[in-house]
Amino acid sequence: MASGLGETCAIFFLTLIFAIPLGMVVALMRRSRFKVLSLISGFFISVLRGTPLMLQLLAVTYGPYYIFGVSVSRNKLIPVVIAFSINYAAYFAEIYRSGIESIPIGQYEASQVLGYTKLQTFMKIILPQVIRRILPSMTNEIVTLVKDTSMAFTVSYVEIFTLAKQIANSQTSFMPFIVAGVFYYVFNFIVSFVMRRVEKAMNYYTL
Amino acid sequence: MSVLSMTGIRKAFGDHTVLKDISLHVDKREVVSIIGPSGSGKSTLLRCAAFLETIDSGEIAYMDRPAVRTVNGKAVYEKDLKPFRRDFGLVFQNFNLFPHYSVMKNVTDAPLRVQKRDKQEVRAEAEKLLEKMGLSDKADAYPCELSGGQQQRVSIVRALMMNPEILFFDEPTSALDPELTGEVLKVIKQLADEKMTMVIVTHEMAFAHSISDRVIFMDCGVIVEQGTPRELFEGTRKERTRQFLQNYNQAMGVREQDSAPEA
Ligand SMILES: Nc1ncnc2c1ncn2[C@@H]1O[C@H](COP(=O)(O)OP(=O)(O)O)[C@@H](O)[C@H]1O
Ligand SMILES: [Mg+2]
Repeated sequence: MASGLGETCAIFFLTLIFAIPLGMVVALMRRSRFKVLSLISGFFISVLRGTPLMLQLLAVTYGPYYIFGVSVSRNKLIPVVIAFSINYAAYFAEIYRSGIESIPIGQYEASQVLGYTKLQTFMKIILPQVIRRILPSMTNEIVTLVKDTSMAFTVSYVEIFTLAKQIANSQTSFMPFIVAGVFYYVFNFIVSFVMRRVEKAMNYYTL
Repeated sequence: MSVLSMTGIRKAFGDHTVLKDISLHVDKREVVSIIGPSGSGKSTLLRCAAFLETIDSGEIAYMDRPAVRTVNGKAVYEKDLKPFRRDFGLVFQNFNLFPHYSVMKNVTDAPLRVQKRDKQEVRAEAEKLLEKMGLSDKADAYPCELSGGQQQRVSIVRALMMNPEILFFDEPTSALDPELTGEVLKVIKQLADEKMTMVIVTHEMAFAHSISDRVIFMDCGVIVEQGTPRELFEGTRKERTRQFLQNYNQAMGVREQDSAPEA
């Protein structure tokens, strides 16, 4: 089962690496004054949040075969990470958006009067405050992501849950599931611990 | 030379015209106070001057350089407003300090990042100004650790650090507890004594009386009257001004009675 551990971690970290910036792009599109961008982004978010992740996994993995006749690659890590990344990007985008909207307009006005450019205002004044505000919701999503990685079993991607299921079937034992459960629990324990430390480190001011 | 020159300013929100042909010219070293009932357009006027609102028509110039002109009845802004932003500073009613920056960083970040000035020099200037405002022990504090009066003084330092030609204040003491307004007014008075060019929107009549070279009374988007503090506060011949000052004095009288200890 230990071999599945690496695969689970791969899904987890790669998803975070792609979804965190992608979510920001989607959130900024959503707030764009260009109606088209905002509509596209709104549609993207609503579809990805409104349909099961499991379905999205199947669609990304097998969709190309049914639509274009492209053979399904043996390495399922790529479609799995793509599916997770766009799904989580949609959730992150909504968190970013509410975070950005919670920053008082006065922060933008003060920056503008002081002569900061739009980019400087966003990067130096707004974003740090947004990050601080959204950390608790991000922690929730990331904890969910740890558990959601188990869904990769639907496309028989061999991560820890898939392995647990295979071993459980062959040995007719429930034990592998318990081991898997403990693994997710410990994983999330670490995630929560790390996030709490980050939150604390950013707590040097109150909003 | 006019530091700020606003001519024929019109501004509407939807079909509600908030500024109706307002002109305001401020000379170097002049201290101008704007008084008037709430909703009369005082903040909007300052916000237009600071480019936080776009005017519908009229002209705005800083140091005799036009920033906004009117062509065929429509306001046309200069493409690049950056050179004009350097000319003014704005102190907000609710400070708008950056909560994630220390006091020192709040007041030095823009001079460094925007004006690209020398770090040593900026820091030295900040220390001097903070000391002058009685904040020398607060340089490392965060805004949330300060009282409202202290926060407002920091925001005044932040504005001064940009070395503006003119400083705008939009009700700088209205968000403060009454016992904290004094310390902020004192600092503004100090700036007036040093002949800083300022436009101050305020409800503090005694203060406006004592520091202004000129007082402007605004109502319903027009300048009803302007003149020296004496002319306006003591010798007004306009009914609307008189009414406003009377209401104000009554309100103040009531407040003083309220807080007076019972006999
Ligand atoms: N962003 C806005 N959108 C719509 N109406 C506004 C806006 N800002 C101000 N107003 C209106 O403009 C009028 C003048 O407001 P303001 O300049 O804030 O007055 P004052 O500062 O004298 O109290 C008010 O009637 C106010 O409701
Ligand atoms: Mg106002």
